[in-house]
Amino acid sequence: MARSRLPLWRRISQIFFLLLFLGLLFFTSLSLFPGGATEIHLRAPVRLFFEWDPLVALVNALASHALYRGLLWSLLILLPTLFLGRFFCGWICPMGTLQHFVGNLPSETKRGKQRIDSNRYKRWQTSKYVVLLAGLVAACFGSAVIGWLDPFSLLVRSFGLSLLPAFNVAVHAILTPLEHSHIAAIKATGETLHGILQITVLDLRQPHFAQGLILGVLFLAILVASLRVTRLWCRSICPLGALLGAVSRWSVLGLHKDPDSCDKCNRCLMHCQGGDDPIGGVPWRKAECLMCMNCVGSCPHNSLVFRFFRKEKEVASPDLGRRRAITGVAAGAALVPLMRANTGMGKSRHERLLRPPGSLDEPGFLSRCIRCGECMKVCPNTALHPTLEQAGIEGLWTPTLVPRIGYCEPSCVLCSEVCPTGAIWQITPKEKGWVVGVGAQQQSQPVRLGTAFYDRSRCLPWAMATDCIVCEEWCPVSPKAIYVQEAQVIDSAGITKTLKQPRIDPSRCVGCGACEYACPLQEHPAVYVTSIGESRSPSSQILLNRK
Amino acid sequence: MADPTINKNDGQAPVEIALAPEVGTPRLTRREAMLQLLRVGGGAAGAAGVGVWLSEHSFRPVPDKAEQARRDHRTADNPQFPHLTVVQGGEPRALVQRALADLGGMGRFVGHQDVVVLKPNIAWDRTPEQAANTNPEVVAEVVRQCWQAGAKRVIVTDVSCNEPRRCFQRSGIQAAARAEGAEVLLPDPEMYREVDLGGVVLKSWPVFTPFLEADKIINLPIAKHHGLVGVTLGMKNWYGILGGERNRLHQQIHQSLCDLANFMLPTLTMMDCYRILLRNGPTGGNLEDVATKKTMVAGTDPVALDAYVAKAYWNLDAERLPYLHMAAARGLGTVDFETLAVKISQLG
Repeated sequence: MARSRLPLWRRISQIFFLLLFLGLLFFTSLSLFPGGATEIHLRAPVRLFFEWDPLVALVNALASHALYRGLLWSLLILLPTLFLGRFFCGWICPMGTLQHFVGNLPSETKRGKQRIDSNRYKRWQTSKYVVLLAGLVAACFGSAVIGWLDPFSLLVRSFGLSLLPAFNVAVHAILTPLEHSHIAAIKATGETLHGILQITVLDLRQPHFAQGLILGVLFLAILVASLRVTRLWCRSICPLGALLGAVSRWSVLGLHKDPDSCDKCNRCLMHCQGGDDPIGGVPWRKAECLMCMNCVGSCPHNSLVFRFFRKEKEVASPDLGRRRAITGVAAGAALVPLMRANTGMGKSRHERLLRPPGSLDEPGFLSRCIRCGECMKVCPNTALHPTLEQAGIEGLWTPTLVPRIGYCEPSCVLCSEVCPTGAIWQITPKEKGWVVGVGAQQQSQPVRLGTAFYDRSRCLPWAMATDCIVCEEWCPVSPKAIYVQEAQVIDSAGITKTLKQPRIDPSRCVGCGACEYACPLQEHPAVYVTSIGESRSPSSQILLNRK
Repeated sequence: MADPTINKNDGQAPVEIALAPEVGTPRLTRREAMLQLLRVGGGAAGAAGVGVWLSEHSFRPVPDKAEQARRDHRTADNPQFPHLTVVQGGEPRALVQRALADLGGMGRFVGHQDVVVLKPNIAWDRTPEQAANTNPEVVAEVVRQCWQAGAKRVIVTDVSCNEPRRCFQRSGIQAAARAEGAEVLLPDPEMYREVDLGGVVLKSWPVFTPFLEADKIINLPIAKHHGLVGVTLGMKNWYGILGGERNRLHQQIHQSLCDLANFMLPTLTMMDCYRILLRNGPTGGNLEDVATKKTMVAGTDPVALDAYVAKAYWNLDAERLPYLHMAAARGLGTVDFETLAVKISQLG
C-alpha cells in the first residue's frame, strides 16, 4: 500500500506560510505608490500573523479588557484547533517550520537510537504550560510580557531587528569589492546583482538596531538547540503551542494505533516532531502532537492513521499536575508586582523614554505591547529601537525613539498602522497634528512625544560664538517651536559678532527630535528631547496650560 | 602538595623512549622524497613571494586625492534674449513654457544627446500645497521640454533632508517626472564621490554622482523663507548636491553658498514662485505661510535671479544677503539685476 502523502502536503503548507511570513515582513517598510499620493500607507496586511495568534488576542483581552482591531481573527486558528488539534504548529507556524528544517539537518548527537530516545515524551515538555500560565496571570496583572516568548514576536523581532540588517551588511560586504573590481565583467555582475537586490530585498539605508547582536544570537541559539532536540523551543517553551495544546484536549481528530500490525520498529519516533509518543503500547499524547503526519508517513505497515471520533486510550490534557500549575500561577502573580516594585515606573521613568506617536499611557502601553518590533522594522528613519533598561525590566524590548539616530517624520504614522495590539493606537497624520492646514489649528492638540531642551554649554551660537540654528531650520511645526533671538557675542579674538541664538517654546514643541537629529554635535547633541510634556501622560507636563 | 601534572609527565617519559627505537619504519623512495621536498619548497617560496609582494604594497593609508572638477555648464550670453525673465499670472506649465520661450527656447540650453540633470528642491516631506518643495508640474514641464530639445537622458534628483522616499513621493515630483519619462533617482548612499569643491571654506565634500556626470544642469529651486539667511533661493538649492554632514555648512553660510555656486554653475535656473513660503521656512507646513504668486523667474545669471526674488517677495536688499556680493565678486553674476536685460511678461 502506498505511503501517506500527508507529510508532503504539510511540507507545501509550511513552505507557503514561511514565504508568506517573510514576504509580509519584507513589506513591513515604507512602500511607495505609483502615483503621487499625499499620504503614505502600508499596502500589505503585515499584521496578519499576529491577528491569527490566539495568544496575543487572549493576552490583549486579559490585560486591556478589550480586543484590538483584527485580533478577533485569531478565532480562525483557535476554533479549528478545538476540533483538529495543534495543526497550526505543524503546518503553519514559521517558527516551527524553521526549527523543523534545522532539526532535520544531519546531527552527530541526534541519530539512530539517540534520536528515538530524544523523541519520546519527556516530562520537561510541560514547562511550556507553566510559561503559558505565568504569562496569562501576568496579563491579568496588566502586563503583556509574554510577548518576549510569543513565537511571532520572537520571529519579527529577530528577523526585523537583527537577521535582515545583518543580511544587508553581508550583501554589501560581498558586492562592494565586486563593484570596485578592475575587471569589467566582474564589475558589471556586481552592479547588476546590486540593482536587482536593491529593488527587492535591500534597504535604501543600512538599518542598525540597538541589541541587534543579542536578539540575533538568542534566535540562532533556538535553532541550534533544535539540532540536539527536535523542536526544543516548541516542545518546552512556546506559550502559543501550550495554549493550542491545552485547547486541543477536546479535539475529535486523533491518532489511531493498530496494535496488531505494529512491530515496534520505532520509525514513527525517528521523525516525530512533537514528542507525543506515536509508538504502539503507550497512550498517545494529544496536547503534544503537532499533527505533522510524519508518523503516518513513515509507518511501514500503515498501523498509524489519524481518524475522527475514535475511541482509544490517550492522554488528552497536558500532563501538568497541580504543583506545576500552581508554580505557573504563582510565578505570574509574583512577576508583575515584583517588576513594578522596581524603579522604572512613575516618576522614576527614564527621561529619554520616548514612545512612538499614538502610544497609550505607560500602564496601558505595557499592558498591550508584545515587543514584536513591527514598529521598529517599519520606521523609515530607523528611529525606534528596543529598550534595554530605559523602560524598566518589565519594558525590555519595547520601542523607544532615539532621535540621535532618527527623528519622527512629521506626517508618518506607519508605526501606529503596524502595531498589532494597540499599544501604539492607530492614528492618522491629521490626528498626529504636526502639519496643519488652514483653519485646522483650533481642532485638537497634536500628539507630543516630549519636549526639546538646549544644552547651552555645547550649542554653537550659545557657547562658541558661531552661527548655526540648523535645529530651527529642521523644526517641522509651524509656527516653529524653535525661535531665535539676535545677540551680541564676543569671539576669542575679541571681535563682536551678532548671532541668532535658539530657544524652545515648549507650548509648540512636539518632541519629534528633528532638532536633535540635525544638530552638528552628533555624539552628544546640544539640543535633545526628553519625555516631559508627552501628551500620553497627563502627570508628566511642564506647562500649566499648553496653547 | 605535589604537583600531579609533573608526576604524570615523569611517568610518561619512559613510554616515549620505549617507542622510539621501534624498527621496520618504511623508508621513502628517492622519487617520493624529491616530490615531497618540491611540494614543501614550492609552498615556502610561494608564501615568501606573497609576503614580499604584500610588504611592498603596504603604505600608510592615504585618502584618495579628491577630484578637482568645477562644473561649469553656463550658457553663453545671447543679445537676442534677456538675462532674466519674469512670467506672471499663469499655471505652472504655462509659466515654464512662456519663460523658456522668452529665453530662446529649451533648444538654446539643451543639445541633442545631452544628459540633463534637473535639480528641483525635494528636501522635505511636504505636499505641493505646502510649498516646501518645487512644484511638480514645473518639474514635469521642464522634463518634457528637455525631451523635445533632444536630450538623451533626463534625470530628476535631489539629496533630501527628510526621509527621501517620503519626500519624493509626497512632493508629487516622483510621479510627475516619471509620467513625463524622466529617470527619478533616490539619493543612494553609495552613489557619492569625494570632490574638491575648491572653495574658501568648502574643500573636500561627497557629491551625489549624477550631478558630476551631467552634460547640462538645470536648477529648479523654489523661493522660500529661511531662518538663518532670510531666504532660500537658487544658490542655496546646491546644498542638495552634497552628501556628508551638511549641518556644518550653516556655520559660514554665506561663504558656503558662494563656494557651492562657484563649483556648480548651471545651464539655466528656473525659480518656481508659483507658491512661495513666506514664513517658517524652509520647512513650512502651515498653509497660512504660503502665498500663491503664480510666477516663474528664469535666467542664466544665478546671482541676479536670487537678488531679484529676494527683493520682489521679501523686500530684502542685497546688503542683507552678503552671499550675493561674495558671488558677484567671484564673477558668478550681477547683484544689480536692474542693469541686466530683464523681460517681464503677464499671462492670460
